[in-house]
Amino acid sequence: MTDAPVSSAPSNAPSPKPTPHVKDNAIIRFEGITKRFGKMVAVDNVTLDIREGEFFALLGPSGCGKTTLLRMLAGFESPTEGRILIDGKDVASLPPNKRPVNMVFQSYAVFPHMKVSDNVAYGLKMDGVDGGEIKRRVDEALELVKLGGLGVRMPDQLSGGQRQRVALARALVKRPRVLLLDEPLSALDAKLRDQMRSELTSLQEKVGITFIMVTHDQDEALAIATRCAVMNRGVLTQVASPGDLYEFPNSRFVADFVGSVNMFEGVLEKDEPNEAQVRCPELGAPVYLDHGVTGARGSTVWVALRPEKIEMHKRAEGSTAMKMEDAPAGTNVVPGVIRDIVYLGSETNYEIELEGGRRVKTFRSNLTRYDQEDFTWDEPVWLAWHACSPAVLLS
Amino acid sequence: MADEGLTALPQVGRPKREPRDKPGPLEYMRQWPLRVIVVATLVFLYAPLITLMAFSFNDSRRNIVWQGFTTDWYVKAFNNESLLQAFINSLTIAFFCTIISVILGALAAVMLWRFRFPGKTVVEGSMALPIVVPEICLGVAMLVFFARVMPWPMGLPWPLNLGAITIAHVSFAFPFVATVVRARLSSFNRELEEAAKDLGASEWRTFWDVLVPHMQPGLIAGALLAFTLSLDDFVITFFTAGPDTITFPVKVYSMLRFSVTPEVNAASTVLIVVTVILTAIGLQMQNSQSKEKKA
Amino acid sequence: MEQTWKQAKAAFAAIAVPPIAWLFLFFLVPMAVIWAYSFGENTGPITIDLTGTFANYVRALEPLYLQIFWKSLIVAGITTLLCLIIGFPVALAIAFATPKMKSWLLLLIMLPFWTNLLIRTFALIAVLREQGYVNFALEWLWNNASGFMTLVGLQPLGEYEPLTLLYNNTAVIIGLVYVHLPFMVLPLYSALDRMDRSLMEASLDLGAGHLRTIWSVVVPLAAPGIASGILITFIPALGAYLTPDLLGGTDSQMIANVIERQFKRANDWPFGAALSFLLMYLTFIAIAAQAFIQRKSERRG
Repeated sequence: MTDAPVSSAPSNAPSPKPTPHVKDNAIIRFEGITKRFGKMVAVDNVTLDIREGEFFALLGPSGCGKTTLLRMLAGFESPTEGRILIDGKDVASLPPNKRPVNMVFQSYAVFPHMKVSDNVAYGLKMDGVDGGEIKRRVDEALELVKLGGLGVRMPDQLSGGQRQRVALARALVKRPRVLLLDEPLSALDAKLRDQMRSELTSLQEKVGITFIMVTHDQDEALAIATRCAVMNRGVLTQVASPGDLYEFPNSRFVADFVGSVNMFEGVLEKDEPNEAQVRCPELGAPVYLDHGVTGARGSTVWVALRPEKIEMHKRAEGSTAMKMEDAPAGTNVVPGVIRDIVYLGSETNYEIELEGGRRVKTFRSNLTRYDQEDFTWDEPVWLAWHACSPAVLLS
Repeated sequence: MADEGLTALPQVGRPKREPRDKPGPLEYMRQWPLRVIVVATLVFLYAPLITLMAFSFNDSRRNIVWQGFTTDWYVKAFNNESLLQAFINSLTIAFFCTIISVILGALAAVMLWRFRFPGKTVVEGSMALPIVVPEICLGVAMLVFFARVMPWPMGLPWPLNLGAITIAHVSFAFPFVATVVRARLSSFNRELEEAAKDLGASEWRTFWDVLVPHMQPGLIAGALLAFTLSLDDFVITFFTAGPDTITFPVKVYSMLRFSVTPEVNAASTVLIVVTVILTAIGLQMQNSQSKEKKA
Repeated sequence: MEQTWKQAKAAFAAIAVPPIAWLFLFFLVPMAVIWAYSFGENTGPITIDLTGTFANYVRALEPLYLQIFWKSLIVAGITTLLCLIIGFPVALAIAFATPKMKSWLLLLIMLPFWTNLLIRTFALIAVLREQGYVNFALEWLWNNASGFMTLVGLQPLGEYEPLTLLYNNTAVIIGLVYVHLPFMVLPLYSALDRMDRSLMEASLDLGAGHLRTIWSVVVPLAAPGIASGILITFIPALGAYLTPDLLGGTDSQMIANVIERQFKRANDWPFGAALSFLLMYLTFIAIAAQAFIQRKSERRG
């Protein structure tokens, strides 16, 4: 079930990516879409609007139904219940070859028996575009994906990355209303993946077509998409911009799936419009928040703390407790001992054992070449965080 | 789930049966033109066989109109000394043919898969010949061979008198076995063998502990194939069989030439049932094999 | 990763000698004898002299026999074509059925293939003859159609004349298709089943209809499977003996029947041997053609 974000509305949230080409109209509308395969429910009552010009990501673990949703949009599966509208028109009766959407397949599905240019021309031929026009548009499309001059090659003479570009050109050349990308970067190696991420973004800005991408990689979704939908077990969990998804998750699932998180179960003790407090037995100190939570007092909630939002300070044995400037004394600061250190070059990950035995992750950027030497194993530390940092989740 | 919004959707004119989705574009089996073709093909394949089996229970000498149920034809078939002998001959030949073919076929497969040797292409090509050479050519070759080159002694006691036919059957069956086993071998992961040796197994133990278990599904499939090929064969047997070494198909052929009584139907039904059971056993063995593999 | 035979001579000998010896003695020697006989002459009732004559081959090229060769090729060709036309949609439907359905359908296609050829042919006779079920069904349709026509005020069709479905060329072709259909379906199925589904989906996605997709994507990619299906249907159909013998009439003899007659009745072994080898050469030509197509399509994709 979709819940409204629980933490304060993102009034002072980071402003989203500038997206002048995104319009207000819903180019795609899923209305109560359910898909069952036998007894298995792959997609469960999904209602979702996607606006024209967006780079939209469907994010979720494998088997969450995101690919099924995409395939229903393309026409390869029919929904068991519900309607899919493209440009306001119900497409239930349209077979895949009549829909104004085109797809880039996970395996690319470049026809191995056709030259690159014939692959790209295929869709135009089906539309009955005349020869000269086909040639012009094919060249243009190959140029767009930086494959100019490779039209005469056979697909087996191309690298994986180049084959993906063929698949992109082949779909884009038809000027679809929406381009669908099924796990577009999963088959590429890490270096190429980073490069393709930025290329996909700039390509989308250049052609101005709505892109819908399916991915299980949260980094990829955050990096590329203008808006993401997180799915879990067929249910749409949260739809938000990448920034909101990370900073204002609406459930434990989203908080855990997108990025890394420390999660604590607790009881809501105080809930005023401007402040709230949660007692978490595992944490040792109450969590103070500088905003209201809109939950019932005494109810069970979960506090999600991102590792990078936890500060670490040295703690001498027997010294008095430190205090965070934006929280009352005794809150948002806990003592602990460093139990594990993983040096990763750009940053160092620490695992700190709290007094109750619970371990907490945090990391520090290595701002200088000697930062890694600041802390060592079994060193006593204070962990502290700001009153605006924790996300309180009701589910 | 809260689907109040959904029940309101128009579901005009559709039967309220279990709601099935529209077939996806590639679910050809759920589209009627292909269903019709598949069903028609199956009717084409099975109607004659089912008719044949049904009429083995028909209480009439002629295979035309249903007169009533009887098992008389089975009794007659089992009391027909020469038919029974032919049936036993067929099974005996198939049994020996299977054993020899599986051994030779497995050896040939391992040889071609494992070793590089001079003249390999020639051997490989010759191994494929019995598979592609028309049956009639092999049949007449066997006729001439056993008549002029290596006459099979007359009057040997049963089952030695079946030797010529068995040899002829092995000659065309074992290359089939070799093909099946070799296909199986090609999926063998050589690292398994190296792992066994790394853990201290000798060459011979590695062969038995690693390679043979991997070959097993291929050996079963090959054995099944050899058995049915032998049981099935008419043409080659027709040319190698003597008056006292009649096999079931040859016997049925001569019965067809003279008089067609439902006795033939009864005997055929028995053979069909035997093949179906054998196939089922073979598939079962292969299935449990592949399940073990997955587990 | 093969190993040379020199590395393990004893093991190689143990493995290689039995199959090679068997193949040599019980296959290559008989074939060689037949080949030698094809250049021989009958000099007595059972004596044959290997004179090195080409007379048998010359005789095989007489119009009478040439015509039988030609006819065998045509019949085998039509059979293969019919098997392809029926088998392709069947294979397509099976390849895209649900896994459970798929294994049942495959079993149903395979089962007749495991059943004795003679029994199947015999079963077909009972169905096809004048008082068989095909004619009964047609008669029923005829009579109903006739009744319907009287009902709407037209002339009735008259008495049903049973079709002669046996002992002619049509019967031979029906029989050959009946027997060889599984040979065609299985390789087609395995080619279609191996194919990457997303290629077909991509074609549909790009605007092609089903027939167009099948023609421009499925057929080219399944070409090797189609070629091997054609080959393994065509070769046995070309050398078929039993089907024309049992289902054919006096004019539907195929080459195998002529060969059989030379050996069993006419007792002209040298001529029969020459015919056998001509049939074998035809088979090899078909195989070579298939290998050529295969190589061409491999080079392409």
